[in-house]
Amino acid sequence: MTATATNSISRWRVSGSLPGFGPSLGYTLLYLSLIVLIPLAMILLRASELGLDAFIAKVSSPRALASLRISFGCALIAAAINMPIGLLLAWVISRYPFPGRRLVDALIDLPIALPTAVAGIALTALYARNGWLGQWLAPLGIELAFTPAGIVIALVFVGLPFVVRTVQPVLQDIEHEQEEAAESLGATPLQTFVRVSLPTIAPALLTGFALAFARGVGEYGSVIFIAGNMPMISEITPLLIVTQLEQYDYAGATALALVMLLGSFALLLLINSLQAWLAHRGRR
Amino acid sequence: MIGPDRRYRIARSALILGALSVAGLFLVLPLLIVLSGAIAKGWSLYLASISEPDALAALRLTLTVTAIAVPLNLVFGVVAAWCIAKFEFPGRSALITLIDLPLAVSPVISGLIYVLLFGAQGLLGPWLGEAGFRVIFAVPGIVLATIFVTFPFVARELIPVMQAQGRDHEEAALSLGASGWQTFWRVTLPNIKWGLLYGVILCNARAMGEFGAVSVVSGHIRGKTNTLPLHVEILYNEYQHTAAFAVASLLVLLALLTLVAKTWVEARAHRDRHPDPIVQPDEELP
Amino acid sequence: MPSQPRAPLLRMSKAAMPHDCNHAHQGSRAVTPRIDMPRPEFTSRTPVLLVLWPLLAAIAVSSCAPSTPVAGQVELLNVSYDPTRALYEDINQAFAADIRSRSGVEVVISQSHGGSAKQARSVLDGLEADVVTLALGHDIDALAANQLLAADWQTRLPHNSAPYTSTVVFLVRKGNPQRIQDWPDLVRAGVGVVTPNPKTSGGARWNYLAAWSYAMRQPGADETRALAFVAALFANVRVLDSGARGATTTFVERGIGDVLLAWESEALLARDELGAGAFDIVMPSLSILAEPTVAVVDRVSARHGTEAMARQYLEFLYTPAAQEIIARHHYRPRDPQVAARHAGQFPELQLVSIADLGGWEAAHRAHFADGASFDRIYLK
Repeated sequence: MTATATNSISRWRVSGSLPGFGPSLGYTLLYLSLIVLIPLAMILLRASELGLDAFIAKVSSPRALASLRISFGCALIAAAINMPIGLLLAWVISRYPFPGRRLVDALIDLPIALPTAVAGIALTALYARNGWLGQWLAPLGIELAFTPAGIVIALVFVGLPFVVRTVQPVLQDIEHEQEEAAESLGATPLQTFVRVSLPTIAPALLTGFALAFARGVGEYGSVIFIAGNMPMISEITPLLIVTQLEQYDYAGATALALVMLLGSFALLLLINSLQAWLAHRGRR
Repeated sequence: MIGPDRRYRIARSALILGALSVAGLFLVLPLLIVLSGAIAKGWSLYLASISEPDALAALRLTLTVTAIAVPLNLVFGVVAAWCIAKFEFPGRSALITLIDLPLAVSPVISGLIYVLLFGAQGLLGPWLGEAGFRVIFAVPGIVLATIFVTFPFVARELIPVMQAQGRDHEEAALSLGASGWQTFWRVTLPNIKWGLLYGVILCNARAMGEFGAVSVVSGHIRGKTNTLPLHVEILYNEYQHTAAFAVASLLVLLALLTLVAKTWVEARAHRDRHPDPIVQPDEELP
Repeated sequence: MPSQPRAPLLRMSKAAMPHDCNHAHQGSRAVTPRIDMPRPEFTSRTPVLLVLWPLLAAIAVSSCAPSTPVAGQVELLNVSYDPTRALYEDINQAFAADIRSRSGVEVVISQSHGGSAKQARSVLDGLEADVVTLALGHDIDALAANQLLAADWQTRLPHNSAPYTSTVVFLVRKGNPQRIQDWPDLVRAGVGVVTPNPKTSGGARWNYLAAWSYAMRQPGADETRALAFVAALFANVRVLDSGARGATTTFVERGIGDVLLAWESEALLARDELGAGAFDIVMPSLSILAEPTVAVVDRVSARHGTEAMARQYLEFLYTPAAQEIIARHHYRPRDPQVAARHAGQFPELQLVSIADLGGWEAAHRAHFADGASFDRIYLK
């Protein structure tokens, strides 16, 4: 063990003393390739049948561009909305005892457990003009169902658990001593939160944002019920992909999928790098 | 001294109130829609809807698929989180992003890629077909699609938790002579058990609730390759809204079962207050 | 609360981890012999769960093994489109009883339902359908193009291989407050229309073609004017659902729009069963003859050895008994006697057929392919 440790210390400056790097990385890469990378490579393979010109024409048509704007825009907005409300829920659930806490905790996973179609139906039933909430909003001139705002609502719903569930474990494991120390030194709760708690949970919060965004950008089932699906206005890219498939155009469908995939990968990589940097800084 | 204390209490109540209203708006109301829809025509119809043979076959298939997909992703999640959170190596963020990727892939596509790979016109499909092996429109395809869509959950839950904890505890255990496995079972695992639990709960819930990807690879054969979410859609498309909501409520119930399990584990953790046998009295340490 | 098992370890680590890595390392060598490390027994609960779960999985899988076919029993898979589930449930029962009484053979027919093109794609990709019963001939043509069945499939059964027909009608709210009588009323300002998207719903293509055919039969009509007409119609569309049943739900349950473009069968179902008394049906002056087609998938049924039974199944659809079931499910039967019995349900109107539009291939190229007429509506 000593030998391994010394050896890896020379190679990885900080990671030396723990074993299992090689096997765990190997297994991770193998499983990742079998389940994700090789199947995803099929997208590239089929899209390449189009040829570059047809590919560019397909993905840069006004309809396609509008749908990409809607898909990515709504997913980012929804993930941004989910950050504060997810943090609030996670904070309250893991910090404050109050009646019904367990129930709220249990309900957090509802959006994941509910089949997306059911979620879409339930949300549409809530926010449509004759729905439980929609009937109060309609007289105020607020229409949420069958507009782009409906897409955001659906995506906030499906993304919420991701923020809560990534922040929650970190909040539960956080050392209370630091917060208590800060407060005993005269810091207000808000100061303690901003200076002590927030830096610790920021990486997890950002992870939650990334996951909520990722979940939202490709979402189909719940969105099509509430979006209205009007071309150029509320038509999401996954719906356009389905449209291509309905014409037996696998190449066109995979071309759009490829653009979504690359876009999501770039955005996620950005968020994850930021997260790694935050986590690194937090540990210093 | 009373001033700040009271202000703290008010702030706390405000936060709880805020959380409750958010939960009410985004979680309780949709659930109420489902539940009120499920029992809109009485309990007897509710029970009939969930005990109908097609519903039971769908339930059995959903449980089977979940029982295969979740443990596989659980093992992967722990292993991946170990290598990503405990070590620093070039390309780590890219690896995390690749793990996230299945989440961002539209469900339509996550089903389609397996069709392109294993379907009759696919890359491996004709060859597998001759070998008499059916992947797509059978249980293996549904399992694969489910593993794909639930792929990131456990790993992504664990990575931040492990990162927040750092390496100190493991290094200490190793320096005290524990083997790698001992360190993992006795030090790492207890430390990450909450993250692990949430990961499994999420993974489990999504595996049971996944609709889009499974819909592409299932073939929708009634009583054979229909999972519960697919059955819900069929019922809804049949205008049997009550039955659709009833079966959907069954899925909610199944997800809540995992949370009951979590509560049980929590309760046990409370009871097992005695210190771990690993730790010898402090005075023995130099 | 959650950190119970960790607390003691923390104490240990603080004691054992002095200042830097090197130091700890030396320390470890000194301590090793004195620490009585237990063997890695699975004492903690989590690992037990970890081991148990795959075991449970294996048990569950084995209990779910596919049922083996019984001798003297023939199995058929009918891959169909969405709204026909109830119809084929009844047909299958009648057919099984018919075969049992005549030859003693037990037929078990499995059903699969979904969007018409999606179902055809599944069959292309390997779903083992003995017969397909889809919403439009175009989807079966796609199968023929891939040699799953002969190109002349549509001539193998009577009436273009369509054992029943339907047409596109208007479903309006009770009393017809917007006084919608015919197609021109749908392009009036302020009239809200609901129809599924023809690009994603097979059924909706019939809706679109019906509107187009009406426009093309007006005095002085040409393609430009017809396009302007359908563009004006779709400008009034409030919600473009991806499937026909979704559109019906939007109209009926969500209260969106003044008129729903729907198949007659769907409109009758909605009027009589979904929202009894809340809707009226309006017959336009001209509509389209929707012909949902059926075919035996040669290649699959040959492999299964079920060709004869599959053919019998489809021929059964044309018998008076099956035609009666068809009429009960609000589809227009082909059999004149059955049709006469249900004439009250199916008023006469001028119908245009897909052949008048040059067949499915031409209609698809002109209207639903990328950049065709439907796409041009949304590209100014």
